Amino acid sequence: MPSLGADMVSGTLVEWRVKAGDAVKRGQIIAEVETDKGAIEVEIFEDGVVDALLVAPGTKVPVGTPLATLRGAAAMPPSPAAPPTAAVPPSGPAGGEVGRGRQVRVSPLARKRAAELGIDPSTLRGTGAGGAVTMADVEAAPVPARAPAPPPPPVEADRSAAMRRAIAAAMSRSKREIPHYYLATDVDVSRLVAWLERRNAAVPVAQRMLPAAPLFKAVALGLKEVPELNGTFLDGAFHPSAAVHLGVAISLRQGGLVAPAIHDADKLGLDELMNALRDLIGRVRGGSIRSSELADPTVTVTNLGDQGVREVFGVIFPPQVAIVGLGRITQRPWVAEGRIEARPVVSATLSADHRVSDGHRGGRFLSAFERLLQEPEKL
Amino acid sequence: MTVAPAGPIRMTYREAVRAALREALAADPRVFLMGEDVGRYGGTYAATKGLLEEFGPERVRDTPLSELTFTGAGIGAALGGMRPILEIMTVNFSLLALDQIVNNAATLRHMSGGQVSVPLVIRMATGAGRQVAAQHSHSLEAWYAHIPGIRVVAPAVLEDARGMLAAALRDPDPVLIFEHAALYGVEGELPAVPRQVDLDRAAVRRSGDDVSLIAYGGTVGKALAAAEQLAAGGISAEVVDLRTLRPLDDATIVGSVRKTHRAVVVDEGWRSGSLAAEVMARIMEQAFYELDAPVARVCTAEVPIPYPKHLEDAALPQPETIVAAARSLVKPRG
Repeated sequence: MPSLGADMVSGTLVEWRVKAGDAVKRGQIIAEVETDKGAIEVEIFEDGVVDALLVAPGTKVPVGTPLATLRGAAAMPPSPAAPPTAAVPPSGPAGGEVGRGRQVRVSPLARKRAAELGIDPSTLRGTGAGGAVTMADVEAAPVPARAPAPPPPPVEADRSAAMRRAIAAAMSRSKREIPHYYLATDVDVSRLVAWLERRNAAVPVAQRMLPAAPLFKAVALGLKEVPELNGTFLDGAFHPSAAVHLGVAISLRQGGLVAPAIHDADKLGLDELMNALRDLIGRVRGGSIRSSELADPTVTVTNLGDQGVREVFGVIFPPQVAIVGLGRITQRPWVAEGRIEARPVVSATLSADHRVSDGHRGGRFLSAFERLLQEPEKL
Repeated sequence: MTVAPAGPIRMTYREAVRAALREALAADPRVFLMGEDVGRYGGTYAATKGLLEEFGPERVRDTPLSELTFTGAGIGAALGGMRPILEIMTVNFSLLALDQIVNNAATLRHMSGGQVSVPLVIRMATGAGRQVAAQHSHSLEAWYAHIPGIRVVAPAVLEDARGMLAAALRDPDPVLIFEHAALYGVEGELPAVPRQVDLDRAAVRRSGDDVSLIAYGGTVGKALAAAEQLAAGGISAEVVDLRTLRPLDDATIVGSVRKTHRAVVVDEGWRSGSLAAEVMARIMEQAFYELDAPVARVCTAEVPIPYPKHLEDAALPQPETIVAAARSLVKPRG
């Protein structure tokens, strides 16, 4: 069970997307896992062949529990034409194939007797010392030709309540442990707005770019200039991140929010960034986030402009060390070259961890952000 | 025991030992007793009281305070055709005679290619529970049970206290008899005509179905008391008395575990490298697939035996700790 966030302690395996004997490639989605933050697709971390599925669907297991075993690529069957079903019996949910690998204590006597009776002892509830399955447990079990699969326990019914708890835990920890400091600035984005209007006029509606894409790109590039804001604070020390994995706070219709990452946001072109954002929002609200997206944001940006909010001072999501807040772009009176003009202006804020950086460095970030937005075509 | 009445005779463990010694002296002129204070004083535990007067100083011999010397003399006498019975006051002091016992008594048959044997019997007291502090309270049976070439027995009941000596004298090789010092005052009944006992088999002292309590010497009585308490709680415990610590009777041990599928080994020795460890290993080797729970053991805490009563009690296996170990392995029926 992968850790899909610093505060995750366990997850429920909802569905396997592979079965024993399947060849898998690094990055392939092999399972769906339910966490306090929602349903997440788990990616495999290396190439190989699924040897055995160890956890039955519906089972809640702690982070770190092996979900399946993988044979190395060297052990892959030489001929892909060989029918996998010939070697591997079809495994229904929690069938024998799944149960066999479970770590269950069974006394030697109980195991021997269970084998005689054709019972799979891993399907029994042990009443012996340490939860071991004993002879009495085996003899009390029904004796079918095949042991019945236990019904999968229901996935936590009230997902939003669980998410509320997760948010509460993370935010309380943040306010308890992280000495926040807060900075704000107003940025004239008239050049950006004009550039976007020209660009969007030339493309179909579906390809139009929202201001969020260039704003996020400017955040990512600004962070490259001030590395103290991008990384994690763990075990009493700051660990800067070379990559900018920009966590995007996305609210959910049923309440709550998640902040999955757009990976390497500083290296993406604006169109790529826009597509990534669209894809992410669609999948988050559709309930399918990938494990790697939730696990590794290095910084978070929260944009409440849609709600008409003028400025937002965010609470840092541990173990990150900064959160950038963006408000709504509004027409405001702006003094330029001694004259008052109506200009599109956005308020940008920074909440940062004072253990890692000081206001001076935070100010450098906001001024870089402003500077970058003055040349939107270069973003 | 001058008159044999028709019914059973009530006596103490000490009197049973003495009766066996008297019978041995009377039956075989080659038998003689030797040890510290066995003559005029009548034995530290009064096991030989009255025997000097009855059999004379040639047959009941007080020795200097040197276990090494009189054990060596006993080995020489045995080699010379006698049947000496040595009393070493306690196992603690037998360490001074370890060289004679381990390097001579235990080896001579093998090293002589079977030309000689050492028909020697050594009795010694063992065990704690009497507030005589560490240097008088060790249980070192396991050390001797480690040695090939000697037989080690532990009479836990009056019948064995009465009968094991004769069996030991019939053995052509050295036999060590460990008498738990806390047992000397235990009373019981013995048949007027003593039964012959063997030195080969463990004994089931109480039959049960749910768990085997495997004990020896001073812990057999505690295991029986524990079995009584367990019965009141719905657990049927079988009590196995090892009797012979070397060679161990695997058949009886394994047979009991095959029946109950659970075992608690009770041993007044210290846990590490104990006889309990050896018994557990044999169960694992020979009855692993019969086990319905891990084998447990109750041993003495790994400290020199304390002097204060409450600490000594806490250090030793007790019926309550045996009950707790058994309960951790088996759920009461019904």
